[in-house]
Amino acid sequence: MKREIPILIVGITGFAMLIQYFIPTDWSEFIFSYSQDWVIVIGILAMPLGIWSLVKANILKMKVPGERFYSAVLLFGFFIMVLSGLKRENLELGSFHMNIFSYALVPIQATIFSLLAFFIASAAYRAFRARSVLATILLLTAFLIMLRFIPLPFGLSTVNLSIVSWILKVPNMAANRAIMMGIGLGATATAMKIILGIERTYMGHD
Amino acid sequence: MSFFEKMMKIDRRWVYLAIGLAVIIPAIKSFDVPVTVSPEVKRIYDFVNNMQAGQYLFVCVDYDPSSMAELNPMTTAIVNQAFERDIKIVFVTLSQFGPGLVEQITSELAANHHKVRGQDYVFLGYRPYPAIVILAMGIDFRVPFPQDYYGTPLDSLPIMNGIKNFEDVKGVIEITSGNTADFWLTYGNGRYGFPLAIGITGVMSANYYQYLSSGQLFGIIPGVKGAAEYEELVGYPGEGKAQMAYQVIAHAVIILFIILSNIAYFATRKRKGGFQGGA
Repeated sequence: MKREIPILIVGITGFAMLIQYFIPTDWSEFIFSYSQDWVIVIGILAMPLGIWSLVKANILKMKVPGERFYSAVLLFGFFIMVLSGLKRENLELGSFHMNIFSYALVPIQATIFSLLAFFIASAAYRAFRARSVLATILLLTAFLIMLRFIPLPFGLSTVNLSIVSWILKVPNMAANRAIMMGIGLGATATAMKIILGIERTYMGHD
Repeated sequence: MSFFEKMMKIDRRWVYLAIGLAVIIPAIKSFDVPVTVSPEVKRIYDFVNNMQAGQYLFVCVDYDPSSMAELNPMTTAIVNQAFERDIKIVFVTLSQFGPGLVEQITSELAANHHKVRGQDYVFLGYRPYPAIVILAMGIDFRVPFPQDYYGTPLDSLPIMNGIKNFEDVKGVIEITSGNTADFWLTYGNGRYGFPLAIGITGVMSANYYQYLSSGQLFGIIPGVKGAAEYEELVGYPGEGKAQMAYQVIAHAVIILFIILSNIAYFATRKRKGGFQGGA
């Protein structure tokens, strides 16, 4: 029964959600909105667990020399943002909460992300070498795609833009569609296997 | 060790230095980069431009501060255009950092265009689980968002009079740096059939052109270049146009490095029959 009941719940829920998607009636909308509430409630229940886990792990880390500073910063940042964001008035521009967002979080995230430019430049130098026919095709494609950002003389920008547009809309699209179709069919097959109780690894064992 | 061998083994920090110096140039002396407007960007501009005053545009801000440099310019350009044409905007975010960004954008632009919150635009707020939120909004915006971001019940806002779900908005423009565009395509456009356009980071663009060809998207604004094109169309030269100078210089340096790398590769290959290593 330990295995059969969960499989039955998954099967019934899966079929109900599958059917309601294709039949837009009052009862199907009711099932849909009711199940949504369930998902949100489960999500909300998971949140305190995550917060508790984060706080506990970092309080324990604060006892370790060398790790102390980072955990203290994390806990300080966490509590200051939670407490300052509790009041609705603090969500407007100019409030303490929004000032921390605008003048601490935004520059931090932007700085970390901008480092990507340096890594990409280094990786491009290393990777884009005409070592084989396929590598040469990759190199030329990347070259043309990058070149579209640079204004070229004698109307070459327009020509390059047309080539790039063709690359994106024809070979790129064909490859992407093939991948997406594969993923879609794979996801459908996996979902059906779970609903029908064939795939059971999600329960922790086969 | 020859010059080309040295080039093959170049320390990556020299590449970092070159990129660092290159992006400083536009900061010292900026220059204007001419942009050619692409059809996929023009279609979004035309769509908003053909909307009547008082009609509703749904704008979803699904990115975080890490990609705001690339995506904020296009959001700003679209909102500027919509406000200019007295189009009502419904904002929502499915990114946990989105509320702060929407608050920044709406506060500034609403003040510039003398627009009133709750009357000319509304910010519904943030909810987790994108697929569920999109599907629920298709039934009624009030299901996932009984109140707006600031705690005001939606029914008490003048802008929400007579507007229930996606059937009442002219179109949806999703600005994103993540996979929320997939949710909008599958659960939004797929289920409810509203016109959908997306604004995305440059690296994401290759993944979404297929949806343009299939008609699931009516337009795409790809990265800073797309934003600069949109700004050109709207007539509000802003961050997008300014950033193009940095982008052009950085790309030129990367292209130069790729050329040098290949010259060095072929030169060393002739001598040694191939050479590995370097930056």
